[in-house]
Amino acid sequence: MKELLTGNEAVARGAYEAGVTVGSAYPGTPSTEIFETLAKYKEIYSEWAPNEKVAAEVVVGASLAGARTISAMKHVGMNVAADPIYTHAYLGVNGGCVYVTADDPGLHSSQNEQDNRYVALHAKIPMLEASDSQEAKDFIKAAYEISEAYDVPVIFRMTTRICHSKSIVELEERKEVGIKEYHRNIPKYVATPAACRKHHVELEEKLKRLEEFSNSTHLNRIEKNEGAKIGIITSGISYQYAREVFGNTASYLKLGFTYPIPKAKIIEFASAYETIYVIEENDPYLETQIKALGINAIGKDKIPITGELNPEIIARSFDLDCPDYVPMSPEHVSGRPPTLCSGCPHRGLFYELSKRKDAVITGDIGCYTLGSAEPLNAMDSVICMGAGVSAAHGFAKVFEQTGDNRKVFGIVGDSTFFHSGITSLIDIVYNQSDVTIIILDNRVTGMTGHQENPGTGYTLQQKPAPIIQIAPLVKTIGVEDVREINPNNLEEVKKAIDECSKHHGPSVIITKWPCALKKLHEEEKTQFKLPTKIFKVNPEKCRKCKLCLKVGCPSISFNPETGSHIDPYTCVGCSVCSQVCPFDAIKREGDE
Amino acid sequence: MMNSCKSVLLVGVGGQGTILTSKIFSTGLLNAGYDVKMSEIHGMAQRGGSVSTQVRYGEKVDSPIIGRGEADILVAFEKMEAMRWIEFLSKSGKLIVNDFEIESATVLSGKEIYPEGINEALREKGNLKLIQASKLALELGNIRVMNIIMLGIMIKELGLEKIDWKAEMEKLIKPRFVEMNKRAFDLGYSL
Repeated sequence: MKELLTGNEAVARGAYEAGVTVGSAYPGTPSTEIFETLAKYKEIYSEWAPNEKVAAEVVVGASLAGARTISAMKHVGMNVAADPIYTHAYLGVNGGCVYVTADDPGLHSSQNEQDNRYVALHAKIPMLEASDSQEAKDFIKAAYEISEAYDVPVIFRMTTRICHSKSIVELEERKEVGIKEYHRNIPKYVATPAACRKHHVELEEKLKRLEEFSNSTHLNRIEKNEGAKIGIITSGISYQYAREVFGNTASYLKLGFTYPIPKAKIIEFASAYETIYVIEENDPYLETQIKALGINAIGKDKIPITGELNPEIIARSFDLDCPDYVPMSPEHVSGRPPTLCSGCPHRGLFYELSKRKDAVITGDIGCYTLGSAEPLNAMDSVICMGAGVSAAHGFAKVFEQTGDNRKVFGIVGDSTFFHSGITSLIDIVYNQSDVTIIILDNRVTGMTGHQENPGTGYTLQQKPAPIIQIAPLVKTIGVEDVREINPNNLEEVKKAIDECSKHHGPSVIITKWPCALKKLHEEEKTQFKLPTKIFKVNPEKCRKCKLCLKVGCPSISFNPETGSHIDPYTCVGCSVCSQVCPFDAIKREGDE
Repeated sequence: MMNSCKSVLLVGVGGQGTILTSKIFSTGLLNAGYDVKMSEIHGMAQRGGSVSTQVRYGEKVDSPIIGRGEADILVAFEKMEAMRWIEFLSKSGKLIVNDFEIESATVLSGKEIYPEGINEALREKGNLKLIQASKLALELGNIRVMNIIMLGIMIKELGLEKIDWKAEMEKLIKPRFVEMNKRAFDLGYSL
């Protein structure tokens, strides 16, 4: 049967067909849908772990225990998971193990553009790259064979365009491979220095054999075209773009197994053509290694190192013709940046924080990064998962030295707090600073598209789970001043910020209200009384002061003649704008 | 650039239904035997942001994405988005635009104004078919079926009426909304 699948769905399907029985991951764009799809296969136990490091360690354990296992993460997630992954390379596997890295060229939804092909090189782990959904499925299955044949974990590298593009996939049956027996094997699985000195030697030997495999495998294939003078070496989505641009005028060495690279095959291919192009997105990962073979290849001299690649960029890089197009007229286009949604529970908090000119606000990764955008502009830094908490401590320590009186607030979401915020908060309690950490508990992992987390009461596979309560956890760590507030009540928000600003030592504010887009669980419907009525502007009372625009709600528009207007189709009745209006012009429907 | 396959670009504002539309469109093409690739990027808070879906189909499709000047048809669910993406339309391509304005955050907050004269400017730039699809959808009973009206127009324009689109809609749309969506499709197709 044929289906149109995204690359992510195809990876999950491949894992299913390969007989995988255990998966653990943390959501992160563009990888998230791999596990959302995996969760639907009842034969596979899959879970959301609190972070990528935990997920990787879970799959190492499951692999040693004998199961075929998978973890998936966005590129920066692999930084978090690096510690277990690098040592897993030394230990090897029992059941086959695949780590999927979903890189994000073009930074569609990320904080950097790192090229994780170098992780394979650095960690000495074999790597596969797919160029469409069919390959994503087929290569995942190949990855398990390689993993078990060579006793190594495998890195499976995807990029946003592969993850989120759909193409046709031929579905096959699942092959049950069973779970291998586990026997204690201290020299193999206990990573002592003595054992790992040997493991490193063994790993280098495995890599030599894997290079031979790389030269012979059909994963690395040559596509010859008669009369072609140009030979193109490429992998992943860049292969599709290269084909689009050069068609049958060039020959291709299309690499699906990109670590270790097939040196002999590359040398043989390159010798047959006058000109060799290396077409790859972002870093010169292949090019550097190909040039080290003494091949005079052309790559990053022509093709940009930054940003997402596309056929047009490749064509222009090689001075090829591109179709004419009608230029857009910028005067007819205004910006349409992402914004906090109507009724977003982060809005009330950031509105109050935006008024504090004497505050430093360290942000974190989540929808709430948009607290840095117009008109709120209430953020000083965003770095990585958890840094909203720890960087606040860093600021505060410097302000202690300089006598700076500015108050430091650290922002972190519920899922991000479970991911990396807890250890950061422990640092703050242990080493004491006058920061206030604000945990934005919107009852869901929001930005990646609504995943469950340790605080939501459900697992990835929708089984009921214990709810990790943030307030008692924070108190147990040793924070004395902990308060839970409704962020849609601006009085409450203001009071909490004021009081915490005066508090000596660490304090925590938990803003607890569900994401406006969250489909609530039954018990949440009783816990949170969601508004049923929307708000309206009374045009007679509106003085056109525009103060309501300061909350940055996409439901509120302004007309210089008639004043503010609330869109009845998108307003969810959060009431924040009505609390801001000094003229009592915004009222709940029915209360006018 | 030497590919002979068709390129369709669907653009709009997050929440307008571009994803469902392209899903119906691409599965219909798959079942009709075409090679199909579809690309959409979703990530950071796309609600209210500019969204695009690219569909390419033909005997064999390589790149899932469309370059500037390559789209055979550009379907815009919002008129400013039509202008934002106009460079992707082929010079001989067809421009189908829902005559509807959605103010962006920068406009709502008064930092920018919603540009005037977009329709006139679009007419100068391409072979324009301007439709009040949101208004027509509202008359049908639900502004949200605008996307399926636009799909009907697009199918006619591409000459793909032999595919059983209503069967695809039955598979992908909740049963209680199917009838209204079928009427929306017929309406679009008749325009």
